[in-house]
Amino acid sequence: MANFNLKVNGKKSTVTADDDTPLLWVLRDELNLVGTKFGCGIGQCGACTVHVDGVAMRSCSIPASRLEDSEITTIEGLANENLNPVQEAWKELDVPQCGYCQAGQIMTATSFLKQNPNPDNETIRNAMNGNLCRCASYNRIEKAVALAAKKLS
Amino acid sequence: MKNQNKITFSRRNFIRTSALASGGLLIGFNFFTACKEEVIPPVDISKLNFNDFNAFIKIADNGYVTIFSPNPEIGQGVKTSMPMIIAEELDVPWEHVSVEQGALDTKNFQRQVAGGSQSIRFGWDALRQTGATAKQMLVNAAAAKWGVDASTCSASNGIIKNSNGDELGYGDIVNEAAALEIPEDVILKSPKDYRIIGKDAINVDIDKIITGKPLFGLDYKVDGMLYASVLRPPAFGQILESFDASEAKSLPGVIDVITIGEKARNYLNQESFDRSAHWSVRLSETDKVVVIGKTTWDVIKGKNTIKAIWKDKSMTESTELHDKKMNDLLNGKEFNTRRSDGDIKKAFTNADKVIERVYESPFLPHNCMEPMNFFADVTNEKVHLVGPIQTPEAAAKVVASLLNRNLEDVHVDMTRMGGGFGRRLYGDFAYEAAEISDKIKKPIKLISTREDDMTTGIYRPAIKYKIAAAIKNGKISGYHLKEAAINSNMYGLIPHFFPAGAIENYQVDTASYQSNITTGAWRAPYTNFLAFAEQSFFDELADELSIDPVELRLDLLKNVKDGEDSNIQYSAKRMTDTIKLAAEKGNWRKNNNGVHQGFAAYYSHNTHVAEVVDITLKNGKPIIEKVTVAVDCGIVVNPTGAKNQVEGGVLDGIGHAMYGDFSFDNGKPQDVNFNTYRLIRMNETPIVETHFVENELSPTGLGEPGLPPAGGALANAIKAATGQILTKQPFIKSFEDRKTDLNV
Repeated sequence: MANFNLKVNGKKSTVTADDDTPLLWVLRDELNLVGTKFGCGIGQCGACTVHVDGVAMRSCSIPASRLEDSEITTIEGLANENLNPVQEAWKELDVPQCGYCQAGQIMTATSFLKQNPNPDNETIRNAMNGNLCRCASYNRIEKAVALAAKKLS
Repeated sequence: MKNQNKITFSRRNFIRTSALASGGLLIGFNFFTACKEEVIPPVDISKLNFNDFNAFIKIADNGYVTIFSPNPEIGQGVKTSMPMIIAEELDVPWEHVSVEQGALDTKNFQRQVAGGSQSIRFGWDALRQTGATAKQMLVNAAAAKWGVDASTCSASNGIIKNSNGDELGYGDIVNEAAALEIPEDVILKSPKDYRIIGKDAINVDIDKIITGKPLFGLDYKVDGMLYASVLRPPAFGQILESFDASEAKSLPGVIDVITIGEKARNYLNQESFDRSAHWSVRLSETDKVVVIGKTTWDVIKGKNTIKAIWKDKSMTESTELHDKKMNDLLNGKEFNTRRSDGDIKKAFTNADKVIERVYESPFLPHNCMEPMNFFADVTNEKVHLVGPIQTPEAAAKVVASLLNRNLEDVHVDMTRMGGGFGRRLYGDFAYEAAEISDKIKKPIKLISTREDDMTTGIYRPAIKYKIAAAIKNGKISGYHLKEAAINSNMYGLIPHFFPAGAIENYQVDTASYQSNITTGAWRAPYTNFLAFAEQSFFDELADELSIDPVELRLDLLKNVKDGEDSNIQYSAKRMTDTIKLAAEKGNWRKNNNGVHQGFAAYYSHNTHVAEVVDITLKNGKPIIEKVTVAVDCGIVVNPTGAKNQVEGGVLDGIGHAMYGDFSFDNGKPQDVNFNTYRLIRMNETPIVETHFVENELSPTGLGEPGLPPAGGALANAIKAATGQILTKQPFIKSFEDRKTDLNV
């Protein structure tokens, strides 16, 4: 057990956890940020995707104790007063079915669009391939990423 | 047609109203069963009781409407579409409607089930009548205030008008309306006047979903709650012999390590218990080790340090055994005949030619994205259960019995579910949570890891079909389908699905092997693989008869007279129209340069669906480009939600046909997580284009019926492109066997 400082969604907190505790469980169990979801625990499904210094990472597979100097953003920190353009696109196209994986999808898409502001469909499909949606709302996710790109440009 | 039959209600028996203490009108109604005579809705909104009413509508002083719906939401969209139906007949702007998940139950539990794509179908008449009744009460109150006859007044968009040009908003008159008698005769709108039904309404939970608000079972927590992780036998057929938890107990975050199982055994040993419910066997035979800790990570880590010794209690089975057993069954004589028309024996004896195929499928885990979990807080006063479950009422009853408590003491609250697909019809995780909390007398959250979830499943059973057709004078004169399933599969009216009624000599037989591997309903239960087998077989029949596969189906449907056989639920007319629409929109085999197409059509869950799959070959590799879907589900309540269900169902069907595989070695599941268990991903998905048959028939469900035809349509397209006949799921294995690289 150790104390360490995390900066999540711009807010600093001190948490107590084992050194090997994945960021996911610190977010969910310690900081009550439950928007980041648990899907597989081995980085295969993408439900737990957050941004670490702006880059999409699987929070189930990074120990929180290694992120003391990082800026962490979760789905709760994505919107300020208004939804961000990716969230807007998700709403406009009524993407979710059960909705469980969508926070991870949105986090992956947001980070991807920062690196690739004008992606073609194939690039979108490759970029989103790491995020599983068991309801298979893939057609709409694909369209929403393209729509978000338009909104951002 | 059977689907058109209206369910008749007496409004007195399913609607009650009361004036709210805070102002406004509360309407309680029950669209499944009649209310008891003496029951009235509360005057205080915090006392909503869903025992007698399964939904409430509040019309506030300002005319805004809140619909409280306690129905389970598993992603099928009923939390949006059911309120739309009420709002349509009540005639309020959809923007003035908010939807809330019903408040907590306080006494006996009596809520409804999400399953079988039936919520909309059963709710349709009652939801409309409830909205229309409330509207009529508002009109009657306005008419009384104006001193005019109610028949001279009209209401629309939340405003009541009379012939003198006076106007009142619903909110202006709602308190007067609350004091009125419930009108006996109300007029329902004609579908052509619909303004909400048939228009896209975005998922009512959208903002919460996309901003990460707590919604799901895994998100639920209370102060003082502990976490629990359960170690179960690694193989089906095994039980716990002994364990060493000393290392786990030494971890700072682990509070205790206990065992559970005794309560479940006692419960299952009751004489009244129905042992045919295979999923519960897992409960009965073994003790389970439970690690209790402060956080999820503490209990996951703790569980990994437990050294347990397991022993065989019954045979630990392997996939090879299941294969052999099913083959023996298909070739044997121990069948139950589920439907028999004409004389199958004679048809085959006299046939010019007999065609026969065997189709094979593996077990499938559900793999809901949200792993199984449940909250339980068992105290001397009450048993409080919270979580994602499709059958809350059954869970309450089992837990009451398990813990020897009065049913009145058991409360179950539902959360939104991160997928269901049938898995959450079975409440094993809720029973375990209750037993754990009962033992330590603290609130706990049982959490499954993905490995727990995948390896202690209630799987879609492995199934094989042998289908034979007799051909005589260029026609199909006989059709004989045999099913061999692990535990059980086809039942009820399914043997009466198409082509029952279309072929003179027809027989469906089933046989099963009883296994200790737990099996149960999986999205589009009983037909998810049956449809593939039959729809692939028809394609071969079409080749044999030198007829277009679409024409073959249309020809067969001409032999069916709707309404002649009460066991036959599908409509030949509706299926014909659906097939024609899919063929037209899918540009069926017309000028499709480089595009190879496959067709399938299937009726299930009261909905008719036809699909055209387009594939192309790129460098010899088939690419699934597009699926054109035609659906007859009657009136489409919420087109965006409806299309979402169809898109998901089709891609789910394709994904599992292509990749879904699950095997056992000595009782042990061979895949434990998504690193080896393959689910469809975006790169592998075609575009799904959905078209609805336009009619004014009562709506039917959509959560499931898009799935069954998808695998067959895909197999038929691959056959058209490459000549390869796929009879075994997952298809990817057949491609691997052929050493071709399929990039779909």
